[in-house]
Amino acid sequence: MHDMTVSALSSALAAGEFSSVELTQHLIDRVKTMDGDYNAFLTLCEEHALQQASNADKARAAGQVHPLCGIPVAHKDIFCTNGIRTSCGSKMLDNFVPPYNATMIDKFDSAGAVMLGKTNMDEFAMGASNETSFYGPVRNPWNTGCVPGGSSGGSAAAVAARLAPAATGTDTGGSIRQPAALCGISGMKPTYGRVSRYGMIAFASSLDQAGPMARSVEDLALLLELMSGHDPRDSTSIDADVPKYSASLNNSIEGLRIGVPKEYFSEGLNPGTAACVEQAINEYQKLGANISELSLPHSPLSVPAYYVVAPAEASTNLSRFDGVRYGHRCDNPTDLNDMYTRTRSEGFGDEVKRRILVGTYSLSAGYYDAYYRKAQKIRRLIQQDFVEAFKSVDLLIGPTSPSPAFPLGAKTSDPVAMYLEDIYTIAANLAGLPALSMPAGLVDDKPVGVQLIGNYLCEAQLLNAAHQFQCATDWHQQQPVQGDMV
Amino acid sequence: MSVDRSDIEKVAALSRLAIDNETAGQVAQKVNDILEMIDQMQAVDTDTVEPMTNPLDATQRLRADEVTELDQREAFQAIAPSTEAGLFLVPKVIE
Repeated sequence: MHDMTVSALSSALAAGEFSSVELTQHLIDRVKTMDGDYNAFLTLCEEHALQQASNADKARAAGQVHPLCGIPVAHKDIFCTNGIRTSCGSKMLDNFVPPYNATMIDKFDSAGAVMLGKTNMDEFAMGASNETSFYGPVRNPWNTGCVPGGSSGGSAAAVAARLAPAATGTDTGGSIRQPAALCGISGMKPTYGRVSRYGMIAFASSLDQAGPMARSVEDLALLLELMSGHDPRDSTSIDADVPKYSASLNNSIEGLRIGVPKEYFSEGLNPGTAACVEQAINEYQKLGANISELSLPHSPLSVPAYYVVAPAEASTNLSRFDGVRYGHRCDNPTDLNDMYTRTRSEGFGDEVKRRILVGTYSLSAGYYDAYYRKAQKIRRLIQQDFVEAFKSVDLLIGPTSPSPAFPLGAKTSDPVAMYLEDIYTIAANLAGLPALSMPAGLVDDKPVGVQLIGNYLCEAQLLNAAHQFQCATDWHQQQPVQGDMV
Repeated sequence: MSVDRSDIEKVAALSRLAIDNETAGQVAQKVNDILEMIDQMQAVDTDTVEPMTNPLDATQRLRADEVTELDQREAFQAIAPSTEAGLFLVPKVIE
């Protein structure tokens, strides 16, 4: 059962081949036996999941249900879950049990999906290796000496290790796509505002976006259809109809215009990764797409602009963690300032503190124009590059990350080296465009991802193009060798 | 632009973060590495460029001025570090 995709599980549940309770119990057993090797789950929701599974089985017996009814899904521990601890990978929220659900969680509940557990992540989603988690790093199922990527590393590892058929993630600068690439699964960041941010713990509000992670693009379409839509509780949520993404997956891509940005093949790109992306481009040519090279001249500035915008917004968002209303509070504060300072110094890890410092500095009097305002202007230039590109092509293709998974500890002492992990993913966040990563090969027995970027609200076209690639190739069906099979 | 230890201490105080003496220099070094990377932006002329605050250039949505939220004080205070008589308790602010 654990090898099946969401789509296959949905059909099997409908055909009565097994029940959701049987499926859920099987995955719970797998997590209990195997997750010691990966540390992908922070919370296993055993009782809650089996109750939801039993409800799903009853609903299915009673009649028509949603395709995701009874399907176990793992949620990144950044989504607030009523009555279930939501830590955001931080000591600050180690004791935080939200009194409400994120809209995203409500949507999965209303479909009758099963919440298997909450997954590990970089602290407050700040990282590209899952090593900044208060609960320790996640290990990559393909090579447990390597990182799974981040910040949605637990979600990516859980799906890759066949502990969950699908998971949710969030992507502020690449946090869905980069771990999806490093763990050999498919992951999508939709258009900014497509999925509600309500109840999703904020990192950088003008960039944050939630999305699905799964083992096939067909599954991404199913999940995204449920996750998307307007939410009056999120003021940046887009008020636009949600297309039936699954319905257009099999459209022909004959004549689809795909652009190859030359800046995405710069010197830092691993030659093995580059070869996999070239091969994917050739595959698209065989499928009838028209490939052309183009330029996104400002893309080399995406990492610098991002590391102003994201920390600035993070420093303001994280000012709410003050020890007054919820979360960690230091012992025996002498006065209010002592309480704030010690609470925050004890509750946040090094990378979070570093970003708060950079953000506070760039927003402080005298530096605002040189940093934050400058970065917002660069952001506009980066967006304009895309607007220009989409006049002549439908999609863009390139690598997701510069190289396959790297060893644990390899980049922890050099923040800037870690930041460059997201060199190809950040621009889509700055511009707010939809983008996905899917498996496109192996280098040294480690997966490589190819990235597709689409125009605003063109998720259906992206998913269609990606699904056609997966119909013609089997990279997405490759899986890590695991010792202890349950 | 680069920062020294005293800048870091000032910014840390603004952020309500304590940086101990031993690590202040190291923290300043890493922040400087980041600022140096960020400074690549300064090479681009952006005088005529409009800053971008929202990817879709959306403006704040307004709604009718009506009460829509229920009172959930008990649920919220149940997870607070310290409360009394429906209030959040903090250390004494005024002597």
